Amino acid sequence: MSAARITPWGAVTGGALRANGGRLVLSVAAIALGVALGYAVQLINQAAVNELSAGLATVAGDADLEVRGPRAGFDESLFPAVAARPEVALASPVVEVDAKLAGDRGELALLGIDVFRAGPIQPGLVGEGEDGLDVLRPDAIFLSVAAADALGVKRGDRVGVLAGLEPVELRVAGLLSARTPGRLGVMDIAAVQDRFGRVGRITRIDLRLRPGTDVAAFRAALQAELPPGLVVARPEASLRAATSLSRAYRVNLNVLALVALFTGGLLVFSTQALAVVRRRTQLALLRVLGVKRRALAVTLVGEGAAIGAAGAALGLVAGYALAAAAVSIFGSDLGAGYFRGVTPRLGVEPGSAAAFFLLGVAAAVLGSLAPALEAARAQPGPALKAGDEQRALARLATPWPGLALWAAGLAASFLPPVRGLPLFGYAAIACLLVGTIVLMPRVAHAALSAAPRPRAVPGALALDQLRGAPGQASVSLAAIVAAVSLMVSMAIMVASFRQSVDDWLDRVLPADLYVRASMTTDTAFLSPADLERLAAIPGVRRSEPLRAQRILLAADRAGVALLAKPVDPADPARQLPLVGAFVVPKPGDPPPAWVTEPMVDLYGYRIGERIELPIAGRMAPFVVAGVWRDYARQQGAVMIQREVFVALTGDANANAVALWLDPGASPDAVSRAVAAAVPGGGNLEIATPGEIRDISLSVFDRTFAVTYALEAAAVLIGLVGLSSSFSALVLARRREFGVLRHLGMTRRQIGAMLAVEGFAVSAVGLAVGLAIGWLISLVLIHVVNRQSFHWGMELHVPWAGLAALGAVLLALATLTALASGRQAMGADVVRAVKEDW
Amino acid sequence: MIAIRDVSKAYAGPRERSVLTAISLELARGEYVAIMGESGVGKSTLLNLVAGLDRPDAGAIVVDGVEVTALDDDALTALRRARMGFVFQAFHVLPYLSVAQNVALPLALLGVAAGEAQTRVGAMLDAVGLADRAASMPRELSGGELQRVAIARALVHRPAVVLADEPTGNLDPESAAQILALLAATIRAHGATGILVTHSHAAAATADRILTLTRSGLREETRR
Ligand SMILES: Nc1ncnc2c1ncn2[C@@H]1O[C@H](COP(=O)(O)OP(=O)(O)OP(=O)(O)O)[C@@H](O)[C@H]1O
Ligand SMILES: [Mg+2]
Repeated sequence: MSAARITPWGAVTGGALRANGGRLVLSVAAIALGVALGYAVQLINQAAVNELSAGLATVAGDADLEVRGPRAGFDESLFPAVAARPEVALASPVVEVDAKLAGDRGELALLGIDVFRAGPIQPGLVGEGEDGLDVLRPDAIFLSVAAADALGVKRGDRVGVLAGLEPVELRVAGLLSARTPGRLGVMDIAAVQDRFGRVGRITRIDLRLRPGTDVAAFRAALQAELPPGLVVARPEASLRAATSLSRAYRVNLNVLALVALFTGGLLVFSTQALAVVRRRTQLALLRVLGVKRRALAVTLVGEGAAIGAAGAALGLVAGYALAAAAVSIFGSDLGAGYFRGVTPRLGVEPGSAAAFFLLGVAAAVLGSLAPALEAARAQPGPALKAGDEQRALARLATPWPGLALWAAGLAASFLPPVRGLPLFGYAAIACLLVGTIVLMPRVAHAALSAAPRPRAVPGALALDQLRGAPGQASVSLAAIVAAVSLMVSMAIMVASFRQSVDDWLDRVLPADLYVRASMTTDTAFLSPADLERLAAIPGVRRSEPLRAQRILLAADRAGVALLAKPVDPADPARQLPLVGAFVVPKPGDPPPAWVTEPMVDLYGYRIGERIELPIAGRMAPFVVAGVWRDYARQQGAVMIQREVFVALTGDANANAVALWLDPGASPDAVSRAVAAAVPGGGNLEIATPGEIRDISLSVFDRTFAVTYALEAAAVLIGLVGLSSSFSALVLARRREFGVLRHLGMTRRQIGAMLAVEGFAVSAVGLAVGLAIGWLISLVLIHVVNRQSFHWGMELHVPWAGLAALGAVLLALATLTALASGRQAMGADVVRAVKEDW
Repeated sequence: MIAIRDVSKAYAGPRERSVLTAISLELARGEYVAIMGESGVGKSTLLNLVAGLDRPDAGAIVVDGVEVTALDDDALTALRRARMGFVFQAFHVLPYLSVAQNVALPLALLGVAAGEAQTRVGAMLDAVGLADRAASMPRELSGGELQRVAIARALVHRPAVVLADEPTGNLDPESAAQILALLAATIRAHGATGILVTHSHAAAATADRILTLTRSGLREETRR
C-alpha cells in the first residue's frame, strides 16, 4: 500500500483521533454508561418479571380460566356448581393465604389444594415425600426449594405458621419440584381451611375446559352468574395484575436510564460539534480538494456511529455485570419492595441487548448529525478564513423548532396516561428539555447582550468572545442546561415527595403506640378478646383497631385494600389525612367510604358518588365521603367504619391496633404489658410512631436510592460533557491566546478571561436549568408520578440544596475553564500563533 | 535601543539542534532594519527572543535599556504591553472583536481612558486608511485590510519597538507594497525602532538597513 493513498475518512478522522483522542474516549464512555444502565435496568426488571410469571404459571398450571375473589375468599359451595357445568373438564379449588411465620421468620405464600384435582392442572404443586399420604395429612407441608433454602429447613423439620397470634406447628414433609419457583408452601386444602380459620371458604377455582369450548363465551356466561366480587379470567390476567403495581416503577427506571443515554448523546454532540468547528478549515480544504458534501457528511456521521457502536458494545458487557452486581446486592426490585421473595436469574435477553445496542448507536449518530450536516453545508471559501467558526454554529439559532417543541411539551403534559403509563408525561419532559437546548443559542445571545461589558480587559474580552461566538457557548450550555435541569427537577420532585411523606406520616401516626399482628398476611390477627385485653392494660387511654382485607374490583388490577376502623363521619379529617373536602352522609344514605387517591385515578370514584363494594359475597352500597392520601398502598384503599365492616362480614378481628396512652404512661412499660397481655403476644410487632416513621423514611430512601444513582449517572455525564466541551473550546483557541500574550496580556489575565467565560456561561446555564428544572419537576410531580403511582404530593423546593448545587456548579465550571486555560497555555503558546490550524 | 549580544539558542528535544550561535546586533532609536535569510535559519526565533517570548541559552538582549533576559514572565509581559508592537504574517486579528475594538485592545490593556483611547484609535485607523471600517468585523475584511488593522494595533500605543515577521507573506505584490510603505511610514512617524523579517528584497528595501542571517551569523548587506 502506498503512503500516498488516502481516503476522506482517513484524512478527516485520522487527524481528529490524534488531536482529540481523550474526548473521543469520553464520548465512548458516556454512551457505554448510558447503554449499560439501560440494559442493566432492563435485565433486572425482566428477570424479576420472568420469575414472577414463572411462579404464577406454576400456580396456575395449565388452567384455561380461573375464578378469583377477595383475599378473604368466597363460599366453597360455589365450587360444585361451577365444576358441574358441562363445559368444565376439570376444576380445582384452591385456598391461598399469605401466612406469617412464627419467630420472625417472615412470610410464606401458603396454598391449600385438593391433590386429586390439582394434580392434572398444576403438577408443579404436588409435593413428593416419603409417605404418599402426607399430601393429605393436616400437619404436613411441602415447601418450594426457595422457601426451604430461605428458612433453612429440610424434610422432617418443623415450621410454625401463625394462626391469630399463636403458631400452628407443621412438619416439612418434602419439597416441591426444583423447577417450582418462589417462596411457596403447599398443604391439603382442608387442612388450610381448618387450621387457618377458612372453614367453608376458598379463594380460587382453576378450570380446564372441554376441548372445543368457546372460552370467551363461557367466560362471559360464567361471569354473569358469579356472586359480586368474583371474577373469572384467563391466568394471564393474574400476571398482569401482579406486575401492574411495579410496572410504572420499572418503566420509570428504564426512562431514567434512557436519560443517561440521552446525556451521553449530548456529549457526543458537543464533542463532534467542537471537533467539526476545530477542523473547519481542514474540512473546507478537503472540500476544496474535491471531496463531495455527501462523502464528508457520511464520514462525520460514520465517526458518530463508530463511537456509538464501541460505546454500546462496551455498555452491554458492563450492563450485564452491573445487573448481576445490583441483583446480588439489592435484590431484583432494587430495594423498592415490589418483588419480595423473588430470586431472579439473569438472562442475556438478546432482544433487549440488540435494542440497547441500536439505541446507543442512534444516540451517537443523532449527536453527530447536526454538526456533520453543518460541516457539509458550509461554503469552503469562507470556511477557510479565520473567524468563520462563529457562523458554523449560528445555524442552530432559528427559534421555530425550539418553540414548537415547547408547545408540544406543554400540550403533552395535559394528556392522560396510556395504558397506565405516563408516556405523554415523559414526552412532555423530553420536548421541554430538547426545546430549551435548541433555543439556547438565542437565549444565550439575549442574556449575554444584556450583561454589562466589564471595565477590566479580561472580563470585557470574555464577554466579547461569548457574544461573538454564541454558537460555541451554546454547545457548552446544552450540557449545563441538560445536567442542571435534570438534577434540579429530580431534586425538587424527590424533596416534594419526601416532605409530603413526612407530613403524611405525621397525620397518619397520631397515636402513642402501634401494635400489629400483620398488615400483609392473612393468618395473623388480633381476636376481639385480644383487643379487649389490650384496651384494659393500665395506662392505655383509648384503642383503635384496624382491619385490613383485600377485595377485587377488576380482573387485571391488583386487589384493593379494604380497611376498617372506627371513623367519625362528621369529622373524618381527625383520623384520615384527607385531601380536599369531605361530605357527611345524610340520614337514609348508605354508610360512608373514604377512598385513596389511586381509587380516584384508577376507578374514577368521585366525592359524593354512590358506589358498591363486593364485601362478603354481596354488593354493599357506600357513599364516597372523602379522598385521603395513602403512600402505603399504590393499588388503592377504601376505608369504611369498623361497625359497618363487622356487620357485613361478622369478622371482628383486627390486623393492628393503635393505642393512646394516659399522660405520664411509659410507652416502654405499656409495650411490655402488651406482649404479656395476650397469648402469643411475642409475635406482635410493637412500635412507637417515631420508629415507624424512621423505618418508613428509610424505606423511602432505599426506594429512591437507585433513582438517585441513575440520575447521578446522567448528571455526571452531563458535567463531563460540560468540562470536555469547555476544554475543547479553550484548546481550539490556543492561537488566540498566543496573540494575546504577544499583545501583553499576562497568563493571569488570560486565566481571568477564561474564568469569566466559564462563570458567565455556567451562570446562564444554571439560571435556565433552574427554571426548566422547576418546570420539569411540576411535570414529574403532577403528571409522571401521579399517573404512574397515583400519589398526590405538595411542591417543596429544597432551596438550600439547590443553592449549594448552583454554587458547586459555578465553581466547577470556573475551575474547569481555568484548568483548561492552564493546559492550553502550558504548551508553547508562542508557536501557536504560527499554527495554520 | 535594541542590543543583542552573543546570543545563542538551541532547541532541545530528541534531535537537538542549535539555531543561533553568538549573534550580535545593535540598533539605535528610530532605526528600522530588515532581516533576511533562508528559511529555517532562525529569523523568527531571533524575533521571539527580542520580544521575550523565548529565552536564549546564552548572551544578553537589552531593549530600551532593560535587560530582557533577566526579567520574569510578568515583567516581560508588561514590557511587551507597553513598549512593543507586533505584526504577524497571518494577521491574527481577533475574530470576535470589531476592527476598532481590535485596535483598541493594547490601549485597554494599558488602562488608557476610554475617551482618549477612542481618539487614538480613530487617528490610527485614519492613518491606515480604514476609518470607515471601524465597526466592521474581521471576517468582512480582505487580507490587505486585515494586515492594516494589525499595523494599527501594533502602533496605536506608540511602542518603542515594532517587530514584524513576514507581514506581507500572505499578500499579493500590490497590497504588499502598500502595506510595507504604510508600515515604514508609521514606524518612522512614531519614531519607533523596527525589525522587519522578510524574504523579499523589495520589502527589505523599505527599511534603513538590511541584514542577512546565515548559519555563521548576521551580515550587513551592502547598500545599493
Ligand atoms: N519549538 C521548536 N522546536 C524545535 N525546533 C524548532 C522550534 N522552533 C523552530 N525550530 C527550528 O529552528 C529553526 C529556526 O526556526 P525559525 O522559525 O526561527 O526559522 P525562520 O528563519 O523564521 O524560517 P522561515 O523563514 O521559514 O520562517 C528551524 O529549523 C525550525 O525547524
Ligand atoms: Mg519565520
